[in-house]
Amino acid sequence: MGYLGGFRVTLRQMGQPRVTTEYPKEKRIKAERMHGRHVLNRYEDGMEKCIGCELCAGVCPARCIYVRGADNDPLDPVSPGERYGFVYEINYLRCIHCDLCVEACPTEAITESKLFEFSFVDRADAIYTKAELLVGDDGRPQQLPWEDWSDADDVAEDSSAWVRATAASGDARYVGKVAWSGELGFGVKEPELTVASYDELDDEEDAAEGKADVEALDGEVEVGDDHDHGDHGHGAPGAHL
Amino acid sequence: MTALLATGDPLLAGEIDGGVILLVLLKTLIVFAIPLVLTALMIWVERKVHGDMSNRIGPNRAGPWGILQTLADGAKLFTKEGLIPERADRLVYRLAPYLSAVPAFLVFAVVPFGGDFNPRSDGTIDGTVTLLGNATFLQLFDAQPGILLVLVCSSVAVYGVMLAGWSSGSKYPLLGSVRATAQMVSYEAALGLSLVAVVLVSGSLSTHDIVAFQALPGRGLLPNWNLIVTGVVPFFVFFIAATAEMNRPPFDLTEAEQELVAGFNTEYSAIRFALFYIAEFMATITFGAVIATLFLGGPAGPDLGILPGWLWGTVWFFLKLAIFPFIWIWFRATLPRFRYDQLMDLGWKLMIPLSLGWILLLAAIRSADTVGTDGQRIGYLPAVYVGAGVLLAAVLLQASITVGRRRRELADLEVFD
Repeated sequence: MGYLGGFRVTLRQMGQPRVTTEYPKEKRIKAERMHGRHVLNRYEDGMEKCIGCELCAGVCPARCIYVRGADNDPLDPVSPGERYGFVYEINYLRCIHCDLCVEACPTEAITESKLFEFSFVDRADAIYTKAELLVGDDGRPQQLPWEDWSDADDVAEDSSAWVRATAASGDARYVGKVAWSGELGFGVKEPELTVASYDELDDEEDAAEGKADVEALDGEVEVGDDHDHGDHGHGAPGAHL
Repeated sequence: MTALLATGDPLLAGEIDGGVILLVLLKTLIVFAIPLVLTALMIWVERKVHGDMSNRIGPNRAGPWGILQTLADGAKLFTKEGLIPERADRLVYRLAPYLSAVPAFLVFAVVPFGGDFNPRSDGTIDGTVTLLGNATFLQLFDAQPGILLVLVCSSVAVYGVMLAGWSSGSKYPLLGSVRATAQMVSYEAALGLSLVAVVLVSGSLSTHDIVAFQALPGRGLLPNWNLIVTGVVPFFVFFIAATAEMNRPPFDLTEAEQELVAGFNTEYSAIRFALFYIAEFMATITFGAVIATLFLGGPAGPDLGILPGWLWGTVWFFLKLAIFPFIWIWFRATLPRFRYDQLMDLGWKLMIPLSLGWILLLAAIRSADTVGTDGQRIGYLPAVYVGAGVLLAAVLLQASITVGRRRRELADLEVFD
């Protein structure tokens, strides 16, 4: 075709299907580990997971998290530990959704949902406080008036799964193990395989056999919990006094 | 042949009464509205087709299939604040958009956008239609200089671009306008020279006569279009020169975004920007109309029934017109931008010599049937001489270009030694 080849290419594209997603009308399925806005998780009994350690604020590269810890009232504790976060604020005008806070958190208290469609018109609205970040009694993130939840089936379903992205490479004990746990609250995900365990799967000739292996691994999910935060939430609050 | 061609609009030949004035006003309105509506459509079609060609959807929010997008954009631009840069020459800055937009409208006045160009029972072609009881051309103004008005308008439009860049008091617009001026002036030469071939063949500058000539029966099944009669080459030269003249891709160096932000109109906003934008897209419509008129017979075409006979001219005209905007969109979707030296090389070293040589050849061939002072047909011998001369000139030109290039390359090498 020489010089005119390009013209045929462009003309042929005219009949091809379009690649555009008409965004507000149709929404793409979000990536498995998409970083959206945060939620502050709670235990099944309603206790907050946050212990006010401020590690998230310390690790935050955008300096958008403000946490103040306070001692629990022994008679009416907010969290199972000694302390709890009595101020928890995230400024979404600064947050870069890097998820480092999620990785730093020792109690899986802060995680990121897939919600990202929150366009506030007031700077004050950009600062989400504990009142907005804390999950409801049903474990769902709270919907704020300016948030678009039209595809909640996708973005809210898996919205509070805790992902420790560096686990497999960072800690020898995670090799071949399921690297994150679904915590309590809304949307507990099926455990996901680490990179290392996928490598093992590739060696297997039979895919079905591989699946059986994965199920066998399920029992060992607790590994991460041993050194992280133990099992505080499941006991009665009074037991820790 | 000239006897076949009616001269002057019969509407204005007789007594000027109320009906005639009404008809003129009506035609003025149409000639104003057609380019405007077509431009709005052109912008929409361009975005849609270009979207199609790159697997996108294009505008689809305003109206069905987004067809009102241009209207929405226009309404927005008209209500925005028109900013004037602090260092701008205020008067010239305000004047420039009009220098661009007004000529774009004017061109359409001389373009016949309809008319019955089929031979009458007595064999004449007058291209008139009868509206409101008056025989008239479907053309606002059948000027004697006719097609030269098109060249004049495109030349004046250069001032708009040049002054816009210069008066903005800013660097990128100035660079853009310098480029644009050089480019438009260069290609205007090629544009004019290829036009000469048409005028030579048709024997008239009037657009109406040029169309009437093309409505004559051609050889065999071929129509008597100038595209064929002038031998295709002037058509291509005119088409490419027109593309360059209105700064369409691949010749859009004037607004090379990567280099010049938006070129000459960088500092413009609101309605003044809208005027440049309209002028730019209206150029595709008017040049499409001009090419259709000059080379494809304009409104000349057979009466296929169904519609009233006088309407068929208009139908043919717009069908022919629509071809070129589409090709320009296709260009835009396909071709990368020319480099500046390539652009100038194409203009000066190829287009201008080519159209010059072609005119000589065409003139020599057409003089073959002329009877000389000795009562003999002149014949094709002069044409052969001219052809040989043109060929020789082409070889010499090519040789000189090659020598020049080699010298430059050698000079470049010495610099690095």
